Amino acid sequence: MTRTTLRPDPPARAARGLARLSGWRLVTYVALIALGSIYLLPLLWMVATSLKTGPQAIASPPTLIPSPFVWENFPKALTQINFPLALRNSLLYAIPAVVGTVISCSLVAYGFARISWPGRDVVFVILLATMMLPSQVTFIPLYVIYARLGWIGTFLPLIVPAFLGNPFFIFLLRQFFRGIPDELSSAARIDGASELQILLRIILPLSIPALITVALFTFIDKWGDFFGPLVFLNNADLYPLSVAIQTFQSAHKTDWPLSMAASVVISAPLVVMYFLAQRKFIEGITLTGIKG
Amino acid sequence: MTSHARTGRRRGPSPGTRRNLIAGLLFISPWLVGFLAFYLYPALASLYYSFTDFKILESPTWVGLDNYGKLGADPLFWKSLGNTLYLAVFGLPLSVLSALAISLLLNSRGIRGISIFRTIFYLPVVVPTVAVAILWIWLLNPQYGLVNQALGVFHLPQPRWFFDPDWTKAGIILMTVWGVGDVVVIYLGALQGVPRDLYDAADVDGAGRFAKIRNITIPMISPAILFNLITGAIAIFQYFTQAYVISEGTTSRGSGAIGGIQNSLLFYGLHLYNNAFRYFRLGYASALAWILLLIILGFTILMLWVSRRRVYYASER
Repeated sequence: MTRTTLRPDPPARAARGLARLSGWRLVTYVALIALGSIYLLPLLWMVATSLKTGPQAIASPPTLIPSPFVWENFPKALTQINFPLALRNSLLYAIPAVVGTVISCSLVAYGFARISWPGRDVVFVILLATMMLPSQVTFIPLYVIYARLGWIGTFLPLIVPAFLGNPFFIFLLRQFFRGIPDELSSAARIDGASELQILLRIILPLSIPALITVALFTFIDKWGDFFGPLVFLNNADLYPLSVAIQTFQSAHKTDWPLSMAASVVISAPLVVMYFLAQRKFIEGITLTGIKG
Repeated sequence: MTSHARTGRRRGPSPGTRRNLIAGLLFISPWLVGFLAFYLYPALASLYYSFTDFKILESPTWVGLDNYGKLGADPLFWKSLGNTLYLAVFGLPLSVLSALAISLLLNSRGIRGISIFRTIFYLPVVVPTVAVAILWIWLLNPQYGLVNQALGVFHLPQPRWFFDPDWTKAGIILMTVWGVGDVVVIYLGALQGVPRDLYDAADVDGAGRFAKIRNITIPMISPAILFNLITGAIAIFQYFTQAYVISEGTTSRGSGAIGGIQNSLLFYGLHLYNNAFRYFRLGYASALAWILLLIILGFTILMLWVSRRRVYYASER
């Protein structure tokens, strides 16, 4: 696992380096601060616009600090997108999907990491290979299957697959499980514990950090998912926040304070989660190369 | 592994092995079911559909290679391929290079506050895609957007961005470069794996800053660069949500298909979606999906082949 610890330099070299590099360091800092500000500005602008009046939002020259602060934008936007319903739908999708992913990926990863059975490594390569196929290849037949099952217009097409594992997270958990000393399992087996008991009582309690990473990434993925709900729900009463907010924006193209208020609302939970669990994000990405 | 393994008979699988096989299969059974029912079958069905005329309500009728033949005569297919290649040719290198530049800055020796900056650069990745797209429609608003207001201050030309077919894709690229935080984190992970003694040795030889970046850093992290190029290209060929939201947010509704002003945002993924779920040409859309797979496969193999002498794997030394 990569950590951001820097090895301390020997003092003498550091002193020599300081004199030689201070110019470069200054340049680096200036570049980082300038770039950092540019990267931060769009999000600040989102929040600022969400608190402005209509005329203020389009005033020229633009100002960052709203005056007055129009907090009413939020209740207004939330009423217009029918927030309670959309939030309920987002949670009805994301929470079961998180639960299903964590349970199924733990089971499957255990089967690949801690039990040795003939053919295991070949099957694992197949699992990794499935990540190569673009989802476009399967979603049309999946739509047909779900339509025949009568699942279109319900949350089932979004939730059921989550209970059947996700190759990325199976891979992540497998790596983690393999790092746990084998002696712990052997000792439990001698005491007569079944494999399931070993998973539940020994492996999972030691894997909480990895499980949190899986849960976080799954929640973020499902909370923001747009394509799945758009195609498979096909019913405005079931649309989660992601689709509800898009529909609102395209119907009210010029009401920027309200569109930005809605965008702040859908982004805030994820941003808060990110600040609370930053290390998990960085570790998860570094470990698996998962992107956003 | 287990105490049973020893007691097994010489011929045939021992009871321990068989027990392990059953336990192993039981544990992976959720994925096995998913693999067969929601992956392997749909993949094969999609291949079959691509040789049929299929309109959801009726059963598919075999038409041979017709759908593939139609591709060449479909102007929107070429349009979408062109738009997608535009992103791959201009956007991808720009994203990969800006992420590399940011991560090199962050990884400079003696820089403090790296975690604050890393947080800032990663933050856009956490924001849901829909919100990002809506935010950029606003930032790139021709009249009131922050970007054009800033350009105006410096008396620079103010493009109409998502409302001008020549500028829509430039807007998308700008938005993509803002969202490279995940790539930055992958580079940082790779950069921290570069052994310090290499730089120390280079210092002894009197190598300059840029010489070290070119001769040590870049070769040492070349696997990460290749990884980001390949996953980046795959993502571009599947590009959907941002283009959908921006199209719907900048053109008038009710036109049916989605593709932005004069189809300038009709990317491959959008063309496929339009055919599947707006026109319900499931057979043709399936053919598009298989061509997509071939393009991705071809590109990946090409990248691996081109890079085979340029990427350095420590384990192969």
